[in-house]
Amino acid sequence: MLKEKEMKELEIFATKIRIETLRELGYLGFGHIGGAMSIVELLAVLYGKVMKYDPNNPKWEGRDWFVMSKGHAGPSLYATLALKGFFPMEWLKTLNQGGTDLPSHADRNHTPGIDMSTGSLGQGISMGIGIALGHKLNNRDNYVYVLLGDGECQEGQVWEGALYAGNTKLDNLIVFIDYNKQQLDGYIDKINSLGDLRAKWEMFGWHAQEVDGHNIAEIYEAIQKAKETKGKSSVIVLHTIKGKGCTFAEGIELNHHMKFTKEQVDEAIAVLQKELEEKERDLR
Amino acid sequence: MIKLVKERKPDPVMMRDVYIDQLIELAKEDPNIIVLDADLMHSNATYRFMEKYPDRAFNVGVQEANMMGIAAGLSATGKIPFTHTFACFSTRRALDQVYISIAYNRLNVKMIATDPGITAAYNGGTHMPLEDVGFMRGIPTVTIIEPVDTVMMKGLLKDITYTYGPIYVRVSRKSTTRIFEEGSRFEIGKGLTLRDGKDVTIVATGIMVAEALDAADLLEREGISARVVNIFTIKPLDRELIEKCAAETGAIVTAENHNIYNGLGSAVAEVIAETHPVPMERVGVKDLFGEVGSVDYLKKRFNMTAQDIADSVKRVLSRK
Repeated sequence: MLKEKEMKELEIFATKIRIETLRELGYLGFGHIGGAMSIVELLAVLYGKVMKYDPNNPKWEGRDWFVMSKGHAGPSLYATLALKGFFPMEWLKTLNQGGTDLPSHADRNHTPGIDMSTGSLGQGISMGIGIALGHKLNNRDNYVYVLLGDGECQEGQVWEGALYAGNTKLDNLIVFIDYNKQQLDGYIDKINSLGDLRAKWEMFGWHAQEVDGHNIAEIYEAIQKAKETKGKSSVIVLHTIKGKGCTFAEGIELNHHMKFTKEQVDEAIAVLQKELEEKERDLR
Repeated sequence: MIKLVKERKPDPVMMRDVYIDQLIELAKEDPNIIVLDADLMHSNATYRFMEKYPDRAFNVGVQEANMMGIAAGLSATGKIPFTHTFACFSTRRALDQVYISIAYNRLNVKMIATDPGITAAYNGGTHMPLEDVGFMRGIPTVTIIEPVDTVMMKGLLKDITYTYGPIYVRVSRKSTTRIFEEGSRFEIGKGLTLRDGKDVTIVATGIMVAEALDAADLLEREGISARVVNIFTIKPLDRELIEKCAAETGAIVTAENHNIYNGLGSAVAEVIAETHPVPMERVGVKDLFGEVGSVDYLKKRFNMTAQDIADSVKRVLSRK
């Protein structure tokens, strides 16, 4: 169980990630805002509490790995890594500009703290399985966390990976699904429904859980349960809201990639800033 | 140094057996060597590695894309994964995974792609990769190697294992014509002059090396002196050697077990066009789909015999 104070700190961290993500995207005026915002609480829990890592030595052998298979959510992961000191906050101003080390999709060749390059959907789960196998073979107890998008689960490779890992004993592999119910072209249920994701993964032999993906305590608890489950890979379906916490993106059908004005960004940041101050006051 | 056999004939041992024995040998010293296969362990002889090292061999089932991704992940943790499947599946079926998960990530995976070109024989057109070199040539960092016979395979495997980066090994799994004597040495990236000649150079790869040498014999009887070069590293190409051959013999014929588009012939043509333009012809499949049949039948069907090479040489010489 997370202590009340820890939980509040993680909530503050999450709000900071949102603010920095908005600033980062704001310099350009367009970007993958929806799916970057829906995973913020997960990032806060992973990088604020759960994962072992060393910002000064991103390739540290003892670290836990994170494969963000939905590579387009790069901006909020970059904000998280910058806040944790993997690279200077200044870098966030360079997102997607020519020569940047922060490209729109996560890239291990450029960004300290990115374990695998992703962007072509469906591939992260297989890479995650390979990493988990590698850790087992190397007798290391590192965890591998893989984050899939929900639209991404329409890719056949996801189910190849689900089937294969379901037949192994890779209990060092924990997969999250950002189930925000929207994909680039709109609502998933109108395009190619995923149905009962948890039941599907259970049928594939996984330990499966479903939580509110914006509830820090629930995410943390689910990860703990996943770790306690031996001999099986775990999946945690995060019920989330695409564009969560961003005034101009939340509740919009086509918020996968948006253009936005400086005013919209400033307004969204102001709302979050207020929220942050309240949370910080509350913590004191 | 290389030495050629006096009499070229089919090898009594299968390529796959020589390969897997050598890999088993290397794996004895190196626990990082991992074998992955996608339900072709009995075709590729990888089951023998699995028998020896059950903890280091994985059969993922019929999941080529997943296999390539898993290999990428294993490589990221310091392992040296060898993937195995037919060349058609290793490319067409999992190309994006090879491109992104492996190559773009700058990882270290060895892709053993069996049954290239017409050696897919009785599996027929659907299984006959005549375009795989083209796919792989288009991916930065990928090295493409086509071992000619068992001596070369055995000789190269250690370098393939310990040369960092994705390496695509395009290789017959069954009996190949023996070209090299035991003890021959090979270096990745260096072409081999198998026979000297002054009128033309035949640049050949894979199963077409034996045909090229036969063609040179045929031509000799007609007073034509053909040099035979084996390019077994299709990428990076030994540009220097090709340039030299163009300059010294003034005509080039390529011979490959692949579509004449995007394979060895195209690669050689690029070098010649850029450095030393001379008359050239390409022997290979002329932009057709594969068909079913024996390798000998298919060589005739697609005009890939020694006689076809000799005919190409005569045409190219008439344009000199």
